[in-house]
Amino acid sequence: MLTLQYVPYKEIEHLSSLGRIRKLLNLAKENKIVLLQGRLTKEEEAEIIKATMEEINADFKGIELTVISPTNEKEGIGKLKEGLISMLLGDRQGMTIIGPATIVKEIKRDPDKIQLYMTEPKSKRKKSSKKYK
Amino acid sequence: MLRYMKSLINKIVHKLFKRKQQVKLGLYGPPNGGKTTLANKICQDWLGEDLGIASNIPHETREIQIKEQITIKKDRKELTFNLVDTPGIATKIDYEDFMKAGLSESESKKRAKEATKGVIDAIKWLDEMDAVVVVLDGTKDPYTQVNITIVGNLQARNTPVLIVANKSDLRRANVKRIQNAFPQYEVLGISAKTGKNIEKLYSSLFEIAG
Repeated sequence: MLTLQYVPYKEIEHLSSLGRIRKLLNLAKENKIVLLQGRLTKEEEAEIIKATMEEINADFKGIELTVISPTNEKEGIGKLKEGLISMLLGDRQGMTIIGPATIVKEIKRDPDKIQLYMTEPKSKRKKSSKKYK
Repeated sequence: MLRYMKSLINKIVHKLFKRKQQVKLGLYGPPNGGKTTLANKICQDWLGEDLGIASNIPHETREIQIKEQITIKKDRKELTFNLVDTPGIATKIDYEDFMKAGLSESESKKRAKEATKGVIDAIKWLDEMDAVVVVLDGTKDPYTQVNITIVGNLQARNTPVLIVANKSDLRRANVKRIQNAFPQYEVLGISAKTGKNIEKLYSSLFEIAG
C-alpha cells in the first residue's frame, strides 16, 4: 500500500530548519510520500540533501524531491499581484513533494502536471544483503 | 609588544592579498555531467596534466579535488585561480546501481558510502567558492531538483555563476532547453571531450572570476 501524507505548512512553521528537515525526512523513511504545503528555503533544500546522505544505508537509498513554485509572471499587473501574494504568504506558496527513492524512481515536472515514476515492486527485484557499513 | 603587533598586521595583510590572488573556481553539478572531464581539459590546456579520473560510472569523483594556481591567458589578460572539482550532487545513492555498472558488491557498497560523503562535502564547500561553473549534461532534462537546488543556493550566496551545457557535440544535446530552464544565467554549450567552445568558456571565466 502506498501512503501519501499531506503536511500543512502550519505543522512546520514553528520548527527550526533542522526540525523541518528531520520531520520530512523521518516521514520519507517511513516509506511515505510527503506532500508539503509550501516550500523549503534554498538552504534547507541543500541541508535536506546533506541529511539524506548521512542516513543512506542498504534499506534507505535516499529521496526524490521536487519543489513546485508558483508561476513567475514577468511583467505588468501579474507581477505586482504575485509580489503582493508572495509578501503575504512567503514560503506557504507552492508545494514540495518528497518520496523515498525505494518507492519513487523519478519525479518529472511539466508546467501543467507532475509525474511520479514508481520503482518496480520489490518481489521483482533481485534480493541483496542488508547492511553495507 | 610592538614586534607582535607588526607581525599580526603583516599576517592580516598577507592573508588579505593571498585570498584575493587565490580565487576558488568550483565545478558543480549532478553526477556524470562531465565535471572532471572539463577539469582535465582546463588543466591539460594550461598545465599539461590531468586533475582526476573521469569515467562513465557515476560518482567516480568522491572527494574534493583541487588544482592550484592555474593561469589562463586571453587577449593579454591573465586570470589565476584554484580549480575545485567537486563530487556530483545527488539525492539518492543506490549501491545496486554500481553493481549494474559492473562493480563487485563490496566495491559497490564502498563506492556508495564514499559517494554519500562526497555529496556532503560538495555542499559544504559551496560557501568557499568565489565563482562556480555549473556543469550540466546537455543531453538530459535540466528541470531536476538537484540542478535547481545547486543554482538556487549559489544565487542565494551571490556567487557568480556560469552554466555550461556539456556534451553539446552529441546530436541529442539541447542547449536551448537548458537556457530556458535557467533564463537568468548565461548558458554556454560546450564539449569538454572535443574542446568545442572551450575558448568561449575561457572568455566567460574572466567575466565570472576576473
